[in-house]
Amino acid sequence: MTKQEAVSRMTDTMAKFVAFTGKRLPDDVRQKIAELAAQEEEPLAKSIYQTMMRNQELAQKLNRPSCQDTGAIQFFLKCGSEFPYLGELPSLLREAVIRATKDAPLRHNAVETFDEYNTGKNVGLGIPSLFWDIVPGRDDCEIYTYMAGGGCSLPGKAKVLMPGEGYEGVTKFVLDVMTSYGLNACPPLLVGVGIGTSVEVAALQSKKALMRRIGSHNPNPKAAKMERLLEDGINKIGLGPQGLRGKHSVLGVNIENSARHPSVIGVAVNVGCWSHRRGHILFDRDLNVTIDSHSEVDF
Amino acid sequence: MAEKVLTTPISAEDLEDIHVGDVIYLTGELTTCRDVAHRRVIEEKRPLPVDIKDGAILHAGPIIRPLGGDQYEMVTVGPTTSMRMEKFEEAFIRETGVRLIIGKGGMGEGTMRGCRDYKAIHCVFPAGCAVVAASCVEKIIAANWKDLGMPETLWTSKVRKFGPLIVSIDTHGRNLFEENKVIFNERKDKVCEEICREVGFIK
Repeated sequence: MTKQEAVSRMTDTMAKFVAFTGKRLPDDVRQKIAELAAQEEEPLAKSIYQTMMRNQELAQKLNRPSCQDTGAIQFFLKCGSEFPYLGELPSLLREAVIRATKDAPLRHNAVETFDEYNTGKNVGLGIPSLFWDIVPGRDDCEIYTYMAGGGCSLPGKAKVLMPGEGYEGVTKFVLDVMTSYGLNACPPLLVGVGIGTSVEVAALQSKKALMRRIGSHNPNPKAAKMERLLEDGINKIGLGPQGLRGKHSVLGVNIENSARHPSVIGVAVNVGCWSHRRGHILFDRDLNVTIDSHSEVDF
Repeated sequence: MAEKVLTTPISAEDLEDIHVGDVIYLTGELTTCRDVAHRRVIEEKRPLPVDIKDGAILHAGPIIRPLGGDQYEMVTVGPTTSMRMEKFEEAFIRETGVRLIIGKGGMGEGTMRGCRDYKAIHCVFPAGCAVVAASCVEKIIAANWKDLGMPETLWTSKVRKFGPLIVSIDTHGRNLFEENKVIFNERKDKVCEEICREVGFIK
């Protein structure tokens, strides 16, 4: 396989995978929604869950994007320093988005700022967004794909707290987002919380937290405890599906953390809507593909 | 919980027995209408090119597939955040005589007044269920203000049993989302206290 052939193959796979993730939710999201729906007793909440599940069946049957807002496309990469196509990734991922937009079809969601026009291609300055982690010595490449919709991006918030406010302040910050903007962001939500020093560190971690599987926990026992406390607590608020009340509010709460400067606690919240269109794909150096976010892949 | 199918044209009497929390469906004509269309009607005083008196609008930006000529197919059409239209909606109801407004999430005080005084309701279509919504569309019968681009064009469709639509504002001055917010905030304060007792990690 020449380099050109390899790039073309990877582009093709990524275009198909991105289009596919707009039509089928990942396994963990589907399972969790079924689990929450089964526990709901209110007729209104039950009927909303039934509509949600019928929508996913129809999307698959009719081969259409399940939600009209197919988001601005974001990629979170863990790329080995020895991966042979590292340098080609920015251009090939952009090309993959253009192709997926035509084939799926995806909505044109890239508006150039200041000049304020829709590019009509679903790509623009910084869209798709690429977030890199280079892993020294590895020769494979892991990619999380994400469709960042308008509704679920809107509640995003970051702030630097004073240490005196402590994790109590973090708790209040997260809960306030839930009952204000979270309500309209299509609950049940996946809640990502980032904790570190400054806003951009916290914000990036809060988004990476949304790439983690539902039901997984932070390796730090105290952080894991806080994940459970927040999950149970937000569920007790009872936002229900679409914010119209019900037994639960969230698909889960994931916290990602780093060390902090002694003078500050940076905190950020990001949410994923119930239609959490996240994909995870792994390429080895020969471009053999493993997809572990979706069990039934048919493209 | 009442369940009812409204058919356009809708009269004020048709809405009398409908209350927040009811689930209803719509049969007849439905026109997508969002940000710029509201601004044109209210701020620029331009008449809406579609007669929606006693009719229904949907806050939405669909994915449309052109079929050639004046034919279009509705691929997916889910509701967008209604709150963005709050600034205009009271006057919009008064000017157009619209009876049914469908969108996502709640609306505010102005829309509540408009619905109460001019007899209209606001309903929520479950967001993210854009294929279900598209499957309730029989055909697109008109496209107006196409200069606004695909998401903002006024797409008028013939729909059959479009729903479920959850009534969030009724003609009696009730607003479901605002009522829920009060409950959510009370619960939140209690939850916050409980969690804060257990996260004193800085010692």
